[in-house]
Amino acid sequence: MPEAIASINEFVVKFANVNGSGSASANELFARSILRMGVPVSPRNIFPSNIQGLPTWYEVRVSEKGYLGRRGGTDMLVAMNPQTWKQDVAELSPGGYLFYDSTRPMPRSMFREDVNVIGVPLTAICNATYTDARQRQLFKNIIYIGALSILLDIDPAVIERLFGEQYKGKEALIGANKKALQLGRDWATQNLDPNLCKLKVRAADNVGDRIFMEGNAAAALGCVYGGATVCAWYPITPSSSMAEAFQSYCKRYRHEKETGEAKYAIVQAEDELASIGMVIGAGWNGARAFTSTSGPGISLMTEFIGLAYFAEVPAVIVNVQRGGPSTGMPTRTQQADLLSCAYASNGDTKHILLFPEDPRECFSMSADALDLAERLQTPIFVMTDLDIGMNQRLCKPLEWDDSRRYDRGKVMTAAELEAGKDFGRYLDVDGDGIPFRTYPGTHETRGAYFTRGTTKDRYARYSEDGNVYVDNMERLERKFDTAKSLVPQPIRRDASQTTKLGVLYFGSTSPAMDEALDLLSEDGKHVNAMRLRAFPFPESVRNFILEHDMVFLVEQNRDGQMRTMMISELEIDPARIVPVLHYDGTPITGQFIAGAIGAKIEELKVVSLERAVS
Amino acid sequence: MTYIAKPKLHHPSLPKNDVGYTRRDYDGAISTLCAGCGHDSISAAIVQACFELSIEPHRVAKLSGIGCSSKAPTYFLGNSHGFNTVHGRMPSVLTGANLANRDLIYMGVSGDGDSASIGLGQFAHLMRRGVNMTYIVMNNGVYGLTKGQFSATADKGSVAKKGAVNRDAGIDLASMAIIMGATFVARSFSGDKTQLVPLIKAAISHPGAAILDVVSPCVAFNNHAGSTKSYDFVRDHNEAVNRLDFITGSAPLTADYAPGETVDVPQAGSTLRLRKITPDYDPADKAGALAFIEQKNHAGEVATGLLYLDPLPKDLHANMNTTKRPLNTLDEADLCPGSSVLDRINASLR
Repeated sequence: MPEAIASINEFVVKFANVNGSGSASANELFARSILRMGVPVSPRNIFPSNIQGLPTWYEVRVSEKGYLGRRGGTDMLVAMNPQTWKQDVAELSPGGYLFYDSTRPMPRSMFREDVNVIGVPLTAICNATYTDARQRQLFKNIIYIGALSILLDIDPAVIERLFGEQYKGKEALIGANKKALQLGRDWATQNLDPNLCKLKVRAADNVGDRIFMEGNAAAALGCVYGGATVCAWYPITPSSSMAEAFQSYCKRYRHEKETGEAKYAIVQAEDELASIGMVIGAGWNGARAFTSTSGPGISLMTEFIGLAYFAEVPAVIVNVQRGGPSTGMPTRTQQADLLSCAYASNGDTKHILLFPEDPRECFSMSADALDLAERLQTPIFVMTDLDIGMNQRLCKPLEWDDSRRYDRGKVMTAAELEAGKDFGRYLDVDGDGIPFRTYPGTHETRGAYFTRGTTKDRYARYSEDGNVYVDNMERLERKFDTAKSLVPQPIRRDASQTTKLGVLYFGSTSPAMDEALDLLSEDGKHVNAMRLRAFPFPESVRNFILEHDMVFLVEQNRDGQMRTMMISELEIDPARIVPVLHYDGTPITGQFIAGAIGAKIEELKVVSLERAVS
Repeated sequence: MTYIAKPKLHHPSLPKNDVGYTRRDYDGAISTLCAGCGHDSISAAIVQACFELSIEPHRVAKLSGIGCSSKAPTYFLGNSHGFNTVHGRMPSVLTGANLANRDLIYMGVSGDGDSASIGLGQFAHLMRRGVNMTYIVMNNGVYGLTKGQFSATADKGSVAKKGAVNRDAGIDLASMAIIMGATFVARSFSGDKTQLVPLIKAAISHPGAAILDVVSPCVAFNNHAGSTKSYDFVRDHNEAVNRLDFITGSAPLTADYAPGETVDVPQAGSTLRLRKITPDYDPADKAGALAFIEQKNHAGEVATGLLYLDPLPKDLHANMNTTKRPLNTLDEADLCPGSSVLDRINASLR
């Protein structure tokens, strides 16, 4: 017998499936049942650019300690896809468990000596029970969940409750699923050694009131709560589910009681050129509007984004980042659109970026972005990514303060115009760089203006005068400075011991960083941490860098894009910021971060300069 | 159109319309287009149409793309909000603006480069969505601001000022609009104000996507022999299918429909009285309209007048069943489901 990995509540199960086989809901059921037992899980979809037939994986990390980042490595493989068998089996950790459909005998050479093989004749069980081909396919997934529940000690009552919730009112479906689950459990009980699998789930109390949600849905809900009325979008992975979620939330919560009419407008545009155009048109006309997209969409929107910057039109753009252009890597995650968003467009432009760490912040920052866009009259980017957007993540419950009022920014009213208040569309009346605007149709004779890109004076009159241009550009820069105090501020967490080392990170790196900091500290390496939540960087970011001898900056891109922004915006010596980069399309892990930072710290320790020369 | 500076004050005896404005209240800034530019005539026609329709200027939002035509909105309706957007993309910005506030009157001004080349996609999609607006193309077959390149509406075989012959087929925006689902499609000529003004009035009153393709000669780059968009050419080859009288209020329907006579078409609170010139032309017949336009194009003539009309269109808001209240007036009470709903959502996610 090979060695067997033993662990209670700390392990990784990877499901290898075929796209379109109905495995997704069964796998989610698996993850959710463990959650319901009070043990935190973090599942991740690894999927190809395909609808049916190609391989897809679902990786569930079980962690009573609460680590929600990707761990790396596989302790148990549920190998349901012959196409990827070799690769999947090769990735299994020594002493791990290979769970497979043993209906057809397989040659010894297909297995490994150093892993524990668990064969369950899933197809045979299905064929003996069901005659319908689709049922055979779908219930096979539930049968393996049943067998796994025996092997891992997952409480069947919890799974049955989940069936009840999922198929509420459809008693026949509940019964059929319970039956399939029981088939798997019965076979495993009768045929498998109960001590074969040493990975176990034990009920705990570490989930609390946390919710389990995808970032895209949370961002959509943030737009509902934040008062967005216009959504214009174009389908693109991994952002499409955000607009779809907005639609379904609006259907539920945004109809006139008496007439049933919609208090929102959603347009699936012909392309991203049009979707951002509609958002800008709506923003110009006083409605809160957003679009959701990903990198290539940003590229197409870029000219318009520049216009919105110069013409000072509110717009919210949720960028669910992915890998590069074209198809393939785009179903993987990255944080590689920082520069293309921060400086999107021609001319001197700078934009405000927000970096949510999880679905909860996708919700709050989307709502905040709608306020900021109107307060600052400029495009605001919510920079999420595939890892947050398309995976269910455990996070604190969403919160809304009912006393909160939308910040509609500086809008001059008909009454103010009537009273003779001076209106200059690009006039800096308060010294914060933010001018007043009027909505079209406000007043019969006052407050109308012509919106243009660059060529206008403080009163929106056409002017090609260089001084007038410079005057306007300086005001826009003042406005950008104002933004620093309005955006979500960074969150600092100091190490338990004094240290001259710091680490900066942002977005979906957050759960991996939590783990990395623990790993480092267990290894006697102490690092102060700061999580960036927005660009432009507030002064506290500069101070953090300057008070440390060296600061690591963790990013999920090749070029150290955040580092580039930091060096140029804060005029920091590049030597002070050490890049830690991960960009192979998989979500970053705590092990990777701790390894990279730990190695750098060891390098520093080698010999001090003083000792070297003495 | 305004091409000479005029004093702000005007004679008290200037006639006022039903909402108390004089024609001068519809003027804009002084035009910077070339003297004799067709676009200035169209601007003047827009001013006259809005004055005669008794539209309050501030209830109009005028949007444009980029190009000579797209500069024109500065030169009319100075008390309206305007937006000079990006090249070829006025339709999307206007669509968004319309979604935000369905109560304003939307006028999009574009050119042939703006709408038939870079903006052909947005032009088409605006029509198929049925955005309630008036889309005026100031069509001169040439890029003016970049000095004389052919545009996509230039006819095959037409000759540029410097002698180049256009080898590509021209795009007929009127046919295109009909195919894409516009519910009011007309063509006119900037040099024929008596035809143009009533068409603009009818288009503004049309509760759906209305497009007016107005041939508007470019005196600087496309007004020479060999051009099919010159003053002389269009005057000689203008084939008007009908003449339009625009009647506000509900007028009685004329039942007889004899050739050469008139037919009244009611349209949301107004009536379009068509004086037929081409006896058998029926603007309600989509396929017939397309065939007629194509036939005239083939013969080297320009079909003008009201080419296609669906008098009872459903616009984008109707299709989406949006609230009658402008979306930009809704507040937290309307839009935010509140914390108790959020508690329920949280509970469903555990």
